[in-house]
Amino acid sequence: MVGVLALQGSFLEHLKMLRQIGVDVREVRLPEQLENLDGLIIPGGESTTIGKLAVDFGLLEPLREFGKERAIWGTCAGAILLSKDARRDQPLLELMDITVERNAFGRQIASFEIDLEIPALKEVSNEDAPFHGVFIRAPLIDSVSGKAKVLASLPDGRIVAARQGHLLATAFHPELTDDDRVHRYFINMVIEKLAS
Amino acid sequence: MESQVSTFKTKKGLAQMLKGGVIMDVVTAEHAKIAEDAGAVAVMALERVPADIRADGGVARMSDPELIIQIMESVSIPVMAKARIGHFVEAQILEALEVDYIDESEVLTPADEEYHINKHAFKTPFVCGCRNLGEALRRIGEGAAMIRTKGEAGTGDVVEAVRHARTVLGEINQLVNMPEEELMTFAKNIGAPYELVMETRQLGRLPVVNFAAGGIATPADAALMMQLGVDGVFVGSGIFKSGDPAKRAAAIVKAVAHYDNPQILAEVSRNLGEPMVGRNVMDLAENERLAERGW
Repeated sequence: MVGVLALQGSFLEHLKMLRQIGVDVREVRLPEQLENLDGLIIPGGESTTIGKLAVDFGLLEPLREFGKERAIWGTCAGAILLSKDARRDQPLLELMDITVERNAFGRQIASFEIDLEIPALKEVSNEDAPFHGVFIRAPLIDSVSGKAKVLASLPDGRIVAARQGHLLATAFHPELTDDDRVHRYFINMVIEKLAS
Repeated sequence: MESQVSTFKTKKGLAQMLKGGVIMDVVTAEHAKIAEDAGAVAVMALERVPADIRADGGVARMSDPELIIQIMESVSIPVMAKARIGHFVEAQILEALEVDYIDESEVLTPADEEYHINKHAFKTPFVCGCRNLGEALRRIGEGAAMIRTKGEAGTGDVVEAVRHARTVLGEINQLVNMPEEELMTFAKNIGAPYELVMETRQLGRLPVVNFAAGGIATPADAALMMQLGVDGVFVGSGIFKSGDPAKRAAAIVKAVAHYDNPQILAEVSRNLGEPMVGRNVMDLAENERLAERGW
């Protein structure tokens, strides 16, 4: 069973996508709801709001512990929460060796859609089609270090997806598309981590 | 492929990212900071909260750009601002300021008593108020990427917010269960575009995010609206017209996240200090009712 952190943001979209690919799901708002989960998605939303609620309801430490043992994927705000540095004083899980820049493209008026090449998705699909990236007041991953690897970049080279073992961060929102490849890719990560 | 900027998907998408959150009215940069620290997902920058607009009377217009800029510079969360109904030049100015969302709002004095703004013409997304499904779908037809039920702003009385949310959600239920042959007449009767009626029926919900607004003053009010089925809440006068704004703001944020957990609602409702005084909607004269504005 895979959980979706449901404190705020696009958690219903992730739950729907997971159900469509046959995954059992659970909404997570309190620490005890992490029990017996095989993986977790932290959705898009406002990272300051999600971070504050995670602190207020005692989820920060349990999420850090969970992330040591199980797969976590963060989209947009979720990617910010996974990072070790967002260049701003706000609660982070600091699980991935990435630094992010919030609202890196500017305000809402600069939000955009673009097709991305994500070679790693060949693992879950034979089709070669690019992945349609939806970027909303999106962050950028401005550096990866340690064991973190780049999964996708914009045409100009700026990083928008990274993986570090069983942890995945995307600056864009696969949950706002009809393309389930990133979700299936993440489920493979969940299974890999369980088997390890 | 080239990137496409400010598509309807990204406009609607920002509202999707605000779901399960609280958008707070703020009148200074300091308020905005308090709202952000309390966990607001966005702030609405304005010169006067609705309760003061009511008290002061006169014409209520778009806020001074200087104030909006100060608020935009003070927080990292999205900043919204209000334009008068039909005042597309105020909207152009707000777009030039790069606010994140424009609220074409009945709280300000309408500039046009027949037409709303053509919101398709803007890169900045719009949120609009509604009292019923027809009004919601007309606004979406004009390009709104987010809807809020109107309630009655500046009263602290939740009764109209409940009425409008129940009306919209009830009409959607009715629509979903309606025989096919009744759909065109239904669209005609509620004055909504047929295609959007069909889309709503197919989705079983509005095609864009729907928040509640107008009269929400307590954590219980906010959770009530969430349990009725809206996606999030706007709180206007309810926070900064109360005794302890920071505490009340944080409590309402928690209440929206845990809207179906009465234990947590009980906990966060304790010791919040004085709520805003409020005015009963029943006591308002016809011409004091802001929700009637909108066509």
